[in-house]
Amino acid sequence: MASASQHRLRKRLLRVAHLTGLFLAMCVICLPGLWVVLNSFRPTVEIMAKPPVWVPQSLSLDHYRAMFGGAGEGGIPVLTYFRNSLIVSVTSTLIALLVGMAGGYAFARYKFKGKAAMFVALMASRAVPGVALSLPLFIIFGRTGIIDTHFGLILVYVSMNVPFTIWLIDGFFRQVPKELAEAAEIDGCTRWQAFWRVEFPVARAGIASAGIFAFLTSWNEYALASQLTRSANSKTMPVGLLDFTSQFTLNWGGMCALAVLMIIPALALTFLVQKHLIAGLTFGGVKG
Amino acid sequence: MTRAKLPPWLVLLLPAIVIILAVVMVPLLLSLYSSFTPYHLTRPETLWKWIGTFNYVKAATDPNFWRAFGRTVLLLTIALNLEMLLGLGLALMVSKVTQGQRLLRTAMMFPMMFSPILVGFQFKFIFNDNVGLVNNALQSLGLTERAIPWLVDGNLALFAIIMAEVWTSTSVFAILILAGLFALPQDPLEAAKVDGCTPWQSFRYVTLPFLMPFIYIAMAIRSLDVARAYDIVQVMTNGGPARRTELLWTLIGRTGYVDARMGYANAMGYIAILLSIAFTVYFFRKLQSARRELGMAD
Repeated sequence: MASASQHRLRKRLLRVAHLTGLFLAMCVICLPGLWVVLNSFRPTVEIMAKPPVWVPQSLSLDHYRAMFGGAGEGGIPVLTYFRNSLIVSVTSTLIALLVGMAGGYAFARYKFKGKAAMFVALMASRAVPGVALSLPLFIIFGRTGIIDTHFGLILVYVSMNVPFTIWLIDGFFRQVPKELAEAAEIDGCTRWQAFWRVEFPVARAGIASAGIFAFLTSWNEYALASQLTRSANSKTMPVGLLDFTSQFTLNWGGMCALAVLMIIPALALTFLVQKHLIAGLTFGGVKG
Repeated sequence: MTRAKLPPWLVLLLPAIVIILAVVMVPLLLSLYSSFTPYHLTRPETLWKWIGTFNYVKAATDPNFWRAFGRTVLLLTIALNLEMLLGLGLALMVSKVTQGQRLLRTAMMFPMMFSPILVGFQFKFIFNDNVGLVNNALQSLGLTERAIPWLVDGNLALFAIIMAEVWTSTSVFAILILAGLFALPQDPLEAAKVDGCTPWQSFRYVTLPFLMPFIYIAMAIRSLDVARAYDIVQVMTNGGPARRTELLWTLIGRTGYVDARMGYANAMGYIAILLSIAFTVYFFRKLQSARRELGMAD
């Protein structure tokens, strides 16, 4: 039968097209990142080589050594930036989670007037572009003297993260059946105890994924941090990345090394909770 | 105790409300006020001079402002549509894979974790006319003789920026659409097949309508953060060459911090804020009506 073999051929062609397309898409997704990692191990001469050197000739840890040595690469205090980023991101994430848990619980469990309007207002506050918000914050922080401090940046990041945290946690608390907490209350728990002993453990994974989102937002934020930090006192890594550029030259190798340092914690964290991350986004959105 | 008790939901929401009032609402009120003054950073006394809507009129008659405004809207339209189409394609391809799908899904999430500033720098490197990956590849393959000035030519630079933006955000769409494909009920698809629908018809009339809420979730999530394209542009071209890639956000940043004309910058900032909020409210409305159609709302 001619049509049967034709059919089989078509199926095979479709399969080849499918795999090729997938392979190309994955290349586009992965290559830019891998290229940065590769370049962080190559000497600057090789990065700048013309004609290009495709197969790395020599790999070294020079950029990392220079970065952590403090001297070398213009003496950029990378370790201090790393510490600043860590302090600011971790603290603001923890506070945002506490505030978000309270808010998310309120949205998931209580009915009140103007709930929908309140929700949209919260989300709208998150949508304010960083640059536009940074103008008045710059003026206020300058007047009150909390510009260029960890405290100021933490305050800003908490308020940035709270709306999205509430959205996600709300979705997770909705998945916990109301009856569970009610049963616990009948058994003699207070509402507070019922929350910590019954509802919190069930929604814990979701809360963790909201935490990762908050952490990544603070860890990666640039528009506000670039104006509200001035010196090594509070500069975070995304702002520090620009230290490697000057008017006409760019230290590509050094930048790549710092980039790798920035990606590793983000990558590790996302990998740990990726399953819950997807669940959180979809359930929060569809059922919320 | 005769003290009036607050309802429990208000007590629980109070910390969130207080912090957002303090860090977002109050500064926004200040910026609204200062947009009616000629406030200049180096001359604090100018904050007390009221000039009415002068700044807004100035913005409305400034061709540079309108060009940046139009370019921002254009960039968002192209980028969001491309992201949605590519994300849909990617999700369909990944959902058909039977082996190693977990690995593919994880790899798909890579771009999401990159700081936008890092993405900007990465693509500045890739599109660099001298040592960039794209030009090196094109020249090694013999496709062009000369180096293509990706970030020096205005149109090419805008293209490079859109590429960078699409690279980071396509995965948001792909991941959410993929989740939708997994939740897709099989019965209607079977029924469509029995009724003699072509694969395209069953995709168009069965799969796609079911995926719409997931697409709107992705849009809503993206709309919360559209202004992060600022970081990418800031590091790739800083609005240049000769303002050819100037977006609303870079224009505001430059006017406020470099020229120190805070009043004028705040006036333009307010227009950008209203644009973003309109965008967000629109997609959250869409999301809610899509939910209602699926019978998933409260």
